[in-house]
Amino acid sequence: MIRLIPRVENSNLMILLAPILALTLTAISAYIIFVFILVDIEVSSIFYTLFVEPLTDSYYLSEVFVKAAPLIIIAIGLAIGFRAGIWNIGAEGQYVIGGIAGSAVGLYFYDVEGFWIMPLMALAGILGGMFYASIAAFLRIRYQVNEILVTLMLTYVAVLFLSAMLQGPLRNPSGFNFPESRMFHDSALLPIIWEGTRVNISLIVAIVFSFVSWFAIKKHMSGMQIKITGSAPRAAKFAGFDDNKTVLYSLMISGGLAGLAGLFEAAGPAGQLTPGLPQFYGFTAIIVAFLARLHPIGIIFSASLIALTYVGGENVQIDYNLPSSITQIFQGMLLFYFLACDILIKYKIVLFKPNR
Amino acid sequence: MTEGLLINIFIGITIASTPLIFAAIGELLVERSGVLNLGVEGMMIVGALLGFIVISHTNNPYLAVLAALLAGMAIASIFAFLTQFLLTNQVATGLALTLFGLGFAAFAGRDYTEVTIDLIGPIYIPILSEIPYLGPALFSLNSLVYLAFFMVFLVWWFLFKTKQGLILRAIGDNHDAAHAIGHKVIRYRVMAILFGGAMAGLGGAFLSLVQVPIWGEGMTAGRGWIALGLVVFASWQPFRVILGAILFGGITVLQLHAQGFDIRISAQYLSMLPYLATIIILVSLRMRLKNKTNRTVPNCLGRIFHSTT
Amino acid sequence: MSSRRFKSILKLSILSAIMAFTSNAFADPVRAAFVYIGPTGDHGWTFAHDQGAKYVKEKMGDDVAITTVESVEENADAERVITSLARKNDIIFTTSFGYMNQTVKVAKRYPDVKFEHATGYMLADNVSVYSARFYEGRHVIGKIAGRMTKSNVIGYIASFPIPEVIRGINSAYLAAKSVNPDVQMKIVWVYTWYDPGKEADAANALIAQGADILMQHTDSTAAMSVAEEKGIHAFGQASDMREWGLNAQLTGIIDDWGPYYLDRIQAVKDGTWASSDTFDGVQQGMVKFAPMNNNMPTDVKNEAMKAIIDLSMGAIHPFTGPINKQDGSPWLAEGETPPNFPDLLTMDFYVEGIDSKYPN
Repeated sequence: MIRLIPRVENSNLMILLAPILALTLTAISAYIIFVFILVDIEVSSIFYTLFVEPLTDSYYLSEVFVKAAPLIIIAIGLAIGFRAGIWNIGAEGQYVIGGIAGSAVGLYFYDVEGFWIMPLMALAGILGGMFYASIAAFLRIRYQVNEILVTLMLTYVAVLFLSAMLQGPLRNPSGFNFPESRMFHDSALLPIIWEGTRVNISLIVAIVFSFVSWFAIKKHMSGMQIKITGSAPRAAKFAGFDDNKTVLYSLMISGGLAGLAGLFEAAGPAGQLTPGLPQFYGFTAIIVAFLARLHPIGIIFSASLIALTYVGGENVQIDYNLPSSITQIFQGMLLFYFLACDILIKYKIVLFKPNR
Repeated sequence: MTEGLLINIFIGITIASTPLIFAAIGELLVERSGVLNLGVEGMMIVGALLGFIVISHTNNPYLAVLAALLAGMAIASIFAFLTQFLLTNQVATGLALTLFGLGFAAFAGRDYTEVTIDLIGPIYIPILSEIPYLGPALFSLNSLVYLAFFMVFLVWWFLFKTKQGLILRAIGDNHDAAHAIGHKVIRYRVMAILFGGAMAGLGGAFLSLVQVPIWGEGMTAGRGWIALGLVVFASWQPFRVILGAILFGGITVLQLHAQGFDIRISAQYLSMLPYLATIIILVSLRMRLKNKTNRTVPNCLGRIFHSTT
Repeated sequence: MSSRRFKSILKLSILSAIMAFTSNAFADPVRAAFVYIGPTGDHGWTFAHDQGAKYVKEKMGDDVAITTVESVEENADAERVITSLARKNDIIFTTSFGYMNQTVKVAKRYPDVKFEHATGYMLADNVSVYSARFYEGRHVIGKIAGRMTKSNVIGYIASFPIPEVIRGINSAYLAAKSVNPDVQMKIVWVYTWYDPGKEADAANALIAQGADILMQHTDSTAAMSVAEEKGIHAFGQASDMREWGLNAQLTGIIDDWGPYYLDRIQAVKDGTWASSDTFDGVQQGMVKFAPMNNNMPTDVKNEAMKAIIDLSMGAIHPFTGPINKQDGSPWLAEGETPPNFPDLLTMDFYVEGIDSKYPN
């Protein structure tokens, strides 16, 4: 019989080994599935296209960075909330609202150049996301309404609002009535840091945020506050930590970061506000956060891995005429195995004979 | 004409709400046992696909519905195994389930996008169906609609009128105490999760077998998430699920009608109504109950149970 | 080796070299790629484009290598897909408006690759645009609908209020009204190109409100299925949807992209490709029609056929004055037809008589 004995301390060996084990298991499972379903395609070449090719080609590598940046930014914010037991499932909605707010500022000044425009747009993005998330915070604090439901419902509202804005006030007046904004002018576009690619400063911002978050958790009291509140809310209250403040701050921070990511997407790779702004980064970031076990530095890696599967998966789709869903299957399985292998970190597996 | 229109609207609302009722009532039972399964969307779409595949090959609606049910259960079993035996985080596992389910269904269904099937049509009860107005509205609906309502009743009866239901609720409220008394926490939860999967599968089947005779990837279009919201909206009470589903389905349908009637609010804002209404009504319910200590949330919802004995 | 032998070998080598250099610039197959917004299984818009691609393959055989990518979202990711294709192809067709900016961006970085953007308006040395006068198709089905409706209510499932969709609504309405002055149009906006569930809901809502004939500017066969189930009529959109509406489909507008695609890909092969702006209709064969259903009365059928023949000869224009805008202001004078730009390409108003509010 197999027994799970909780470890006194998380096994450090397993923290390194478990992800590798999960990746290996995913690869094996994917291999088996593909061999069965895709009879006439060389499965190993699919793996190469999925994992290796993006790393060897400078264009695709740059695109991995482009996709990783928003995931890192949002996941950092979400991880803060998750540690506190606050489930912001609607980061996608905050991302959209932040994108709208920031873009609106940029569009308002479309005939003005100035270095101050981009920071203003970023600020608007952060405030937009923050405000939107605080609705859920308010409802939870005042009425004990679960934030999962509220943030989720508000995501739908945000996407519809985007459509309304692009149909109306933010629509390009000389754009043949298509629901798109003007192309952003130079001051409203993110500076590119890797010449010839789409990699912009959002990558640097993302890495900076993740280090800041790491330091904050290690040093600052509120990090401990959030850790404790998440694992034992009542104990936290006794110790004087304010549950409501935690709810408000974590939602506002994750909302603000999501909103910033939204603005970065619009002012970066997209270069305008379109109905295509929502790309499920808000949901994927949840997975990124979990794959990193909510660790800020780990998030950089898990985001890069997920971004890699997106770029590689797209190439598999193009080169082998396979549906894009192949990437989702892969990501889903990866997360399953990752979560499963996580148990090795927290528990010891012991075999013993049951007493007769 | 107006009566005909009202009946049509009524039928339209039942069609829109039935998949939600199935998915939500299944998830309600799961959450009552203390488990939060965010993978409803993934389970629904897999059910929709399997039902569609079976009916396109066998033309047998019963087999198709059964296949959808089993498909939902099968994919829910992954969740059950991970969360109950490997003690994984329920939120993350549920999301992974949604992701995997959507991807798997899209992939496995790619050859079925050009297939057309015969829809499962409404039933006909002699005499009753002939009653003017009430006949078509109440007695000639699709058999799956009646099944959905029956399931709600069944879950209510199970939770509040049987010993096992009581145990399940106890587990949801305090799994350590329940375990101490000797109840098999894991077993109940696994059963509940599988039931939730079966119901989600049925909800998905309704989409592909009744609503439109087509298969398309992503055809659940977020209904699984709506169902999750409905469970909270219903304060984990079975009959309120019907209310929520009808409200939500109703507003969705009415919004389309409103356009036909040329109501002068733009379509996007009309489309927001169901989501906003869900939040508003939930808040107002909470406001009225603020003074009572309303612990309708199963206390152990989402917390991992691990026995050390 | 004897000197004569050496000379003949030399001659042969030189001859071969000359032939290699002067032979067709693309002795290797032309590589063409198509970017689709939806699945080819939609049996609507994307299906029609894919049929065009298949037509080219059939005609050119091994002289062409075709790559297709489905369900590409209209966002920043599309730029990467188009770039990936540009690295390995000679000509790329991006088949939806929302790819416009991405296409132009990539075209700048790959000046030797040709790009063809459907339903857009931005041109460049290596970017063409192309679209079809679908409103001519709407004219024909409008006439049929006007005659066939008994309730005098035509239901229209519309996607997004962009000029192409507005043109279709206006054209259909004018045609229907011309044969049936009492006809009314009910329009529902679903804000999606492809969502079978929503399209079915919209169809049901329109039928509940009295529509006995459906038109759609969305991509799936859902509305046709609903029409078939409810025993009313509808029209196929972008492809022949008869399979989903044996009795329901009276006819359908078919987008025939094949000949255009063949033309453009062949031009790349011959080295004669140049940027162009194509806006073709029935006359050029880009807009075709599904066979008329036998359950149509003969006089209606004949009237429709006559309209098709008139269109194919360029004898009529669906927008011929006197026509006013919805607010009563004049648009076209007696006998006047509109120019492509700005009237048709930026159309943002309903014509007089449509009593729905213009979406905004």
